[in-house]
Amino acid sequence: MRLNVTVNGTPREADGVWEGESLLSALRDHLDLPGSKNACEQGECGSCSVYLDGTLVCSCLVLAAQAEGREVVTVEGIAPPGGGLHEVQRAFVETGGVQCGFCTPGLIVASHDLLARNPRPTDPEIREALAGNLCRCTGYEKILDAVRLAAERLAPAEERAA
Amino acid sequence: MEILQPDTWDEALRLKADHPEARPIAGGTDLMVELNFDRTRPPQVLDLTRVGELTGWAPENGRLRIGAGVTYTRLIAELGDRLPGLAIASRTVGSPQIRNRGTVGGNLGTASPAGDGLPPLFASDAVVEVASVRGTRRVPVAEFVTGPKRNAMAADELIAAFHVAPADAPQQFSKIGTRNAMVIAVASLALHLWAGERAVKACIGSAGPTPIRATEAEAFIAGILASEGLWESRAALPAAAVKEFGALVEAAARPIDDVRGTAAYRHHALGVLGRRTLQWAWTQYREEAA
Repeated sequence: MRLNVTVNGTPREADGVWEGESLLSALRDHLDLPGSKNACEQGECGSCSVYLDGTLVCSCLVLAAQAEGREVVTVEGIAPPGGGLHEVQRAFVETGGVQCGFCTPGLIVASHDLLARNPRPTDPEIREALAGNLCRCTGYEKILDAVRLAAERLAPAEERAA
Repeated sequence: MEILQPDTWDEALRLKADHPEARPIAGGTDLMVELNFDRTRPPQVLDLTRVGELTGWAPENGRLRIGAGVTYTRLIAELGDRLPGLAIASRTVGSPQIRNRGTVGGNLGTASPAGDGLPPLFASDAVVEVASVRGTRRVPVAEFVTGPKRNAMAADELIAAFHVAPADAPQQFSKIGTRNAMVIAVASLALHLWAGERAVKACIGSAGPTPIRATEAEAFIAGILASEGLWESRAALPAAAVKEFGALVEAAARPIDDVRGTAAYRHHALGVLGRRTLQWAWTQYREEAA
């Protein structure tokens, strides 16, 4: 089948997508967007997290056909256009929140979603928001540091001064 | 495999009638796993995410009618005050990503004994609204779930909604698992106080072929509350009664040994959950009056 979907702001078209294929496979294998990672294929690990119409989802659990005509934002669409990193990405690099890097795209998208909904999360709120993203390298402490740092930097200037 | 994508409920029912083998999909948290792992290849998949009628909820004759496509995230945010027991259970489902997609309609369709949304529905005597081109019928949830991963639907039917009374007293839910997220319950218990009915309804999850109402425990504690006038006095529960309630919940379970836990552990855990959830709910009930 042919899939029409807006990805990272650009209307895209993919041919030859199998009807039973996941959005994750369509992104990786048909739309040349390998940032979203394929690990568990059952919603357990969060490495394939993307936004679907603004909602954080596991793209492995979305049937590609369900994304027809909808808007998807992947980890490739998180950084500002024109280059550079988003503050969430920069914070992961600086705090050592990235080791092997396989879980990182999902954690970037999930952290981005958290901070958009809740700019100053408490530690329990960070843990709850990232509970669906598994990392087997870092032990999570550096990831928590990254989210705290990104929150600090993304907070409105007046709040930082206070 | 063919993907059927109706935009309206009438069209969805017609497609299901024409293609009784079609597997419905909403959040995809169950069906996509089966597809990704080559466990199923249905001739058609019926995508219900474009059917607007499924994603609404509204009060109806003093109860709530909740569309089968309302996600766990929305249940927590929009109905947490009216359905606290279901909201607590919803918070234990998967992760944010899963709760953003998964629906109670899906829990009912899959009818797993470990479905976290089911015990609160049983402890509310919820009614499932099932529809087909032949018409609509309402099935009490305890009759809807007929066995492990089996339900009472005919091949041409779809789940439209469930009907449930808003809470009139505290409700609790507790779940045992290896961590605080992303776990299939080893055992769970929903416990709802119904002050208007003067009833306590408790339902066991993940410890039997279906969710199981602990009816002897319910009758026992209702008798204590009535005979000692506790609904009115809001006095503390007698310790012996709490202990006996836990023992009766424990006895009501019909668990098996499996990879997540042994039957003996599940019996024991449910006794603990029975005592705890009863104490939590009753303490809340007492504090409401203060």
